[in-house]
Amino acid sequence: MTPVQSPRRSLLTVDARTRRRNAAETRFRAYGIIAVSLAMLALAVLLYSVFSNGISAFRQTFIVMDITLDSAALDPTGQRDPAAMAKVTTIGYGKQIEAALVHALEAKGISSAEISAKDVSALISKESPAQLRNIVLANPALLGSTIHFRGYANARIDGYFKGRVSMESAVRDSNISPAQLQLADKMRATGLMEVGFNWGFLTGPDASELRPEAAGLGVAILGSLYMMLIVLVLALPIGVAASIYLEEFAPQNRWTDLIEVNIANLAAVPSIVFGILGLALFINFAGLPQSAPVVGALVLTLITLPRIIIPARASLKSVPPSIRDAALAVGASKMQTVLHHVLPLAMPGILTGLIIGLAQALGETAPLLLIGMVAFVRDFPAAPPEGFFDPASALPVQVYNWTQRADPAFAERASGAIIVLLVFLLVINSVAIVLRRRFERRW
Amino acid sequence: MNTMQKVENALADSEIKIGARGVQVYYGTNHALKDVDVDIADKTVTAFIGPSGCGKSTFLRCLNRMNDTIVGCRVEGQITLDGEDIYAPTVDPVQLRARVGMVFQKPNPFPKSIFENVAYGPRIHGLARGRAELDEIVEKSLRRAALWDEVKDRLTAPGTGLSGGQQQRLCIARAIATAPEVLLMDEPASALDPIATAQIEELIDELRSAFSVVIVTHSMQQAARVSQKTAFFHLGSLVEFGETGQIFTNPQDPRTESYITGRIG
Repeated sequence: MTPVQSPRRSLLTVDARTRRRNAAETRFRAYGIIAVSLAMLALAVLLYSVFSNGISAFRQTFIVMDITLDSAALDPTGQRDPAAMAKVTTIGYGKQIEAALVHALEAKGISSAEISAKDVSALISKESPAQLRNIVLANPALLGSTIHFRGYANARIDGYFKGRVSMESAVRDSNISPAQLQLADKMRATGLMEVGFNWGFLTGPDASELRPEAAGLGVAILGSLYMMLIVLVLALPIGVAASIYLEEFAPQNRWTDLIEVNIANLAAVPSIVFGILGLALFINFAGLPQSAPVVGALVLTLITLPRIIIPARASLKSVPPSIRDAALAVGASKMQTVLHHVLPLAMPGILTGLIIGLAQALGETAPLLLIGMVAFVRDFPAAPPEGFFDPASALPVQVYNWTQRADPAFAERASGAIIVLLVFLLVINSVAIVLRRRFERRW
Repeated sequence: MNTMQKVENALADSEIKIGARGVQVYYGTNHALKDVDVDIADKTVTAFIGPSGCGKSTFLRCLNRMNDTIVGCRVEGQITLDGEDIYAPTVDPVQLRARVGMVFQKPNPFPKSIFENVAYGPRIHGLARGRAELDEIVEKSLRRAALWDEVKDRLTAPGTGLSGGQQQRLCIARAIATAPEVLLMDEPASALDPIATAQIEELIDELRSAFSVVIVTHSMQQAARVSQKTAFFHLGSLVEFGETGQIFTNPQDPRTESYITGRIG
């Protein structure tokens, strides 16, 4: 082909070919921006819906009043013997609270004549008598004195102040009447009711279907924490050791290939399958207790291991071979080469994989349902290590649990629990970033 | 071999540091190195020249058993260091490599401080008792590598932050810090500019007083400048081995002559 002598073209005008290329580039950039915007939008919608529903779970309506503890009713024997006092059930304490509330209303000059005494006491959570009973049993010397009591208000009252319950909905609601809501308004105006931060949501145990106002995440947070501890302690050394062996020491043969394929497959196995494995292996065969964090953690470790090993191997592989050569050439052994030179360089990648694995394990729900962590647990697990074998719940399971319940107050709590879960994930990821930076700063 | 060389070899017999007899190297089924016999004398610079893929780097890596790390690589024949077979089953390559140091084509300092780079070898071999002795070894090694004056004020700075030539001299300092007897250099100056190359070559000449140096190079001028003995490899065989001057001025083998004059390669 003879070269075609093209006429001299000006640099100041763009030819058709260049224009087409530039247009393609612009289009591609637009697709990218659209994709990123869609992702951001989805994230914004998610965060908005979770936060708008859930943030109110951290605030709660309380009834604040003075209660004079009647020693005749609460300690019939008069011996201040905790065993004898424990015979007085919450019904006895409920009467004390009712009486105190009526007294407080009178003192503030609020007329409750048009409402029955039963409806007045319904403003208070059914949890309050138990709360009062615990206070008294913990300190019998309080009997006979007047104490300042701050108890949960009923969830409907709480919903009224949060805008979930209105006068119109109360007309159709058998659990609450407009008259009760008006009374609540007056109580709030006179300081008998207040809305404040609800520590109980973070520290308290779950509560029954009938008292959503008292339901808390304490047991679930503790259970998740225990599980993460065990997963970290098991998965980090096993995962790192396995990756180092496979990457640096294992002979290249069919067995190694088989193991490699299986690890990749395990990472893709649905987590519920691991739940069935855990049920069969740890509970039915090994006889470990149901609902226990230790079983949950063992299952989560199995799920997490391949998710740790794969990125750990990738980051070991990405260490340049020249570093290995350099160490071997000065007479370092294989082990010294790996521990002194390869591992430190691979550490940021290994840590990132580990933390992402942990974060995924923290949000894992399905396998925990199968090993019984979905049970209704009100007792806090003991301190470790015994506590690892006590029944507990877990954060994502608690979310699942609450979304199953009928009372709309639980919907708010479920969103609140999601916020707590997200905050935990954020903390874990921040730790990952900080650790990464620290390791990377060493070059 | 010509008669002159035989006489020369007989005279130098007492000083032979590394002896290779009938060395064969296979990568899987590929016969990469065929029947190599070489005697490397002590306190001499021996250059390996030859076209790419001729097996000179492979042979170099046999001398400190770095080929052990390559999957599927098999070495046959006998290589001795001071008369001891380095491929004997009782030899731990780790001990061997402390005595036969190596510098690679691309500078590969550890991503650690300059001090740590040099101190690593003495530390893992337990050559220094206490910090003062270690400091001394590091300074001595850096001085011998002609790097001390440039880095003495920033020993804690990362070794990877040095220039290419400095990095290569750091690698040389690292290699000589373990007090090896032989120093293997695999195209040590091929990634460097002419000034850094000149520094390295000068350094090699000085190192000859203490070590036996084996250098692989693509540059015939470099081989002529720094070495006393030259071996020419071609297609996996050792074609000719002798005094550098003789190889370059009066090659015995037509293939050597063709390569030196630029007709093959």
